[in-house]
Amino acid sequence: MSREARSEPAAEARPNSASVPSSPSPAAAARVVLDATGIQRALMRVAHEILERDVLPEKLVLIAVAQGGIPVAELLAERLREIAEIEVPLGTLDVTLYRDDVIASGRRPIPSPTRIPVSVTGRSVVLVEDVVFTGRTVRAAMDAVIDFGRPAEIRVATLVDRGHRELPIRVDFVGKNIPTARNQTVLLQRNSAGQLEVVVQ
Amino acid sequence: MRHLLGIEGLSREEILRLLDTAEAMLEISQREVKRVPTLRGKTIVNLFLEPSTRTRVSFEIAAKRLSADAINLQASGSSLSKKETLADMASNLEAMNVDLLVVRDRTAGVPKMLADRVRIPVVNAGDGAHEHPTQALLDALTLRQSFGSLEGRVVAIVGDIAHSRVARSDLLVFSALGAEVRVAGPPTMIPPGIEALGVKPYFSLEDALAGADAVVVLRIQQERLEGALFPGEREYAQNWSLTRRTLALAKPEAAVLHPGPINRGVEIASEVADAEPSRILDQVTNGVAVRMAVLYQLTGSEQ
Repeated sequence: MSREARSEPAAEARPNSASVPSSPSPAAAARVVLDATGIQRALMRVAHEILERDVLPEKLVLIAVAQGGIPVAELLAERLREIAEIEVPLGTLDVTLYRDDVIASGRRPIPSPTRIPVSVTGRSVVLVEDVVFTGRTVRAAMDAVIDFGRPAEIRVATLVDRGHRELPIRVDFVGKNIPTARNQTVLLQRNSAGQLEVVVQ
Repeated sequence: MRHLLGIEGLSREEILRLLDTAEAMLEISQREVKRVPTLRGKTIVNLFLEPSTRTRVSFEIAAKRLSADAINLQASGSSLSKKETLADMASNLEAMNVDLLVVRDRTAGVPKMLADRVRIPVVNAGDGAHEHPTQALLDALTLRQSFGSLEGRVVAIVGDIAHSRVARSDLLVFSALGAEVRVAGPPTMIPPGIEALGVKPYFSLEDALAGADAVVVLRIQQERLEGALFPGEREYAQNWSLTRRTLALAKPEAAVLHPGPINRGVEIASEVADAEPSRILDQVTNGVAVRMAVLYQLTGSEQ
């Protein structure tokens, strides 16, 4: 789901479809490393961490990196609403056209629409990812955000940090660190009961 | 898809892929910085051997919004005026490592001839009376925005069907997307046997418009007509002009399209061209997005 979560570059985008695959891929045996309760708990902590920083809550904007970041950002916005009773604007950013591998790969994923409901200029932007891996998607997302204006700051929140950075990218808010081998795949998906879970395969 | 030479030969899936991509491209033109880095370092040559403003500018803007370097060539002032053949010119451009060639020519088949000759992708920007695929795609995108889907919609194409590359590409793309296509015009402008393409000919504007969901009004192209296919502009306007009165025969809120440039008072009345159901300026906006989609899908592509 997250393009970074895959070992191959530029995974196919699925516009207009549910942002999360509904069943586990039958390939290698998948191990659940974070279930729905674990995800909620991790994001509750991330929400607290975001609010503990001395940032004006009304300056916050969450920008989900499509597709995987979308359900994570929605849950995060719910937690922020619960904890601080604030309605944080929520945008969606597709980074396909900013990727460094899309032309070289010869494949051309269909970008999904990007929607950012407020001006980012002067705001505290929190980019929301499901899985951070090489850091290349985060790099692309930062470039994209800057094309929408000049934010006061850009931070990165992710549900899972699986390591193996290829760029000097630091994640500010991590739900869970999951050590992985480079050739493994980390997926945020919905299980047969429709619940979000993170699996490693 | 390696080249885009026409709508003919494209599968429904390939058409939808281009339209879906174009939809994502639309938003880029509304940003503060109207440019994405996707085609950085790529060179696109727009070879326009027939006069064109809208299409040439649209392709140039599309290339630049994707960060490609766009170079425009015209027949006058180029080595073609020194009698260099077009094929030699294309080979020379390829030798300069150009990544994609956009070609407009007054002769049908020129983009295909060049595509056979060079190894880089070729995009047809209109060739004679043959095809104008990016115009058809932007028309389809515009109608899809109006209706969600073209499935089962009735689209009337009115004008010089026989000499119009827009009509040909349009009817192919609308049919591929499941629309019922009517073509209408004076008998001299309807090619015999057009039913074979799955469309229905009409020889009266009123009949063609009855119950239509959309009307594509074609430009009467005096410059492309050699003999007189119709007695004159005024007589054509009397029988075939889309006016408020004739448009009222179509469904309420029927979409009105025109590929431009419009001849006001000839094929379309100003009261229709400038009023609400007209999507003429949306077509121009969509044109940039469709061309961005085509350049993105084809430039440097291995398939």
